[in-house]
Amino acid sequence: MPEAEPTQIRGAEENLAEQIAKVDFSKRDVSIDVRNVSMVFNMASERLNSLKEYFISLARGKLYFKEFRALVDVSFQVRKGEAFGLVGTNGSGKSTMLKIIAGVLDPTRGSVDVRGSIAPLIELGAGFDVELTARENIYLNGALLGYAKEFIDKHFNDIVAFAELEDFLDMPLKNYSSGMVARIAFAIATITEPDILIVDETLSVGDFLFQQKCEERIRQLVESGEVTVLLVSHSVDLVRRMCDRACWIEKGRQFMLGPADEVCDAYQSMGEI
Amino acid sequence: MPEAQIAERANGQSPWTSGFTRDRFILSQLVGRDFKNKYRRSVLGVAWSVLNPLLMMIVMAAVFSNFMRVGGDIPNFPLYLIIGNVTFTLLSDSSSAGMASIIDNASLLKKVKINRIVFPLEKVLFALVNFAFSLIAVAIVMIWFQIPLSWNIFFVPLFLIYLVGFCAGLSMALSALSVFFRDVMHLWSVVLIAWTYLTPIFYSITILPEFMQRLIAYNPMYHYITYLREILLYQQTPSVEQNLICLACSAIVFAVGWLIFKSSERKFILYI
Repeated sequence: MPEAEPTQIRGAEENLAEQIAKVDFSKRDVSIDVRNVSMVFNMASERLNSLKEYFISLARGKLYFKEFRALVDVSFQVRKGEAFGLVGTNGSGKSTMLKIIAGVLDPTRGSVDVRGSIAPLIELGAGFDVELTARENIYLNGALLGYAKEFIDKHFNDIVAFAELEDFLDMPLKNYSSGMVARIAFAIATITEPDILIVDETLSVGDFLFQQKCEERIRQLVESGEVTVLLVSHSVDLVRRMCDRACWIEKGRQFMLGPADEVCDAYQSMGEI
Repeated sequence: MPEAQIAERANGQSPWTSGFTRDRFILSQLVGRDFKNKYRRSVLGVAWSVLNPLLMMIVMAAVFSNFMRVGGDIPNFPLYLIIGNVTFTLLSDSSSAGMASIIDNASLLKKVKINRIVFPLEKVLFALVNFAFSLIAVAIVMIWFQIPLSWNIFFVPLFLIYLVGFCAGLSMALSALSVFFRDVMHLWSVVLIAWTYLTPIFYSITILPEFMQRLIAYNPMYHYITYLREILLYQQTPSVEQNLICLACSAIVFAVGWLIFKSSERKFILYI
């Protein structure tokens, strides 16, 4: 049909244009780009805690004798505005991956590109001082996360309100429960829209009401399209609920990468075998 | 809140800081934290920073001028003593606290990308704050003995730059080394004791045998303490030579400490 032909061509053109747009889009908006990351630890170095041990093993020529591969050739991309989950059993390499993304650990091979500011949730004992009051800790923690002082001044009340701390502001943190500290940590990390929010098990110490509140806030951040959320959890349900896509890492190897539902199904079915 | 953020973005005002501004904010927060923790739940609070060196001086002056008689012929011995003591305290406090600073912040360093060098440097800064309070104690002793102030007091800031550089170098080196070898932490307290005795804090270098005098000439702390005594106790202008020695010790130790820290900091995470 002569009339149908132009439409078809136009359709193909649109298709092509759409694809080009997609490629551009994905390239521009990759927020975490993990390329062929491998991480090898020297087991020997882990155990050498004293000069004596060091020299003994040096003399024996056994200084680097055992390798532990925490991650083997892991690659994935997380797009901007996406909620991405990392699942895997204990010791599978999730935390190592997280450290590499956070920029505190350099991979042995491969590279990680992270675009934008990262806000991790800081657990009790890191970046909090139990002797200080909640008020003082909000500033301390904010500083460590890289916030400007004026910013904390301005949003102090928001943080307090979100964490529901009004009555306990001037109480030393050592009198707080770990769940309450987790509230502060979450409130500080999400008071602004970070480019990348890293959520790990820290959250699980909060009670269910607060967890719901946190999930709500994470969803809000994801929906804004500006924030990339990286969720690391044993809780498959949480990953299933919150994430668009997920990566399953097992014994340092990338088992599966795909839509969160499929990955979670596969991960759960492992337990049933 | 989103409206607030949109407004902020429009204003070009970012909630995030980076580089020096960030480090400075972290430093001020950490120093504040240490300060509050030091005086929390003490009745006299910050007054202890002045009282402590004074009381220490009284005890040491009593011991060393009456029972042990090493300070008998030094004029204004208590002032001689307190200057030596507070100077050495800056070194021992900053290096001991600095040494543990990386290990103590292990869980934080595993999570957040922070300029790691702020931790040992913060301890030096905190020790410097305490030193500033001990200078009040020194001033009280000077008034007591009616020691006049001379314009040489303007050398005190220079002295502080030398000494802080020296302490920062040590602090950086020790914090890095102790990550790899925890032995350093046990060893350092012994080193500090030996160093105290090898520094003429409560005696005069002239009472030592000649070979010891030559040995102590290699002790940077001897030069730093002498420098401050020249200024405050003897109202002398420090000589060019003294300035050069103090500057050289400071520059060398700082550079070495910085190099040790910078060359190893990426490996910290594997050991903490």
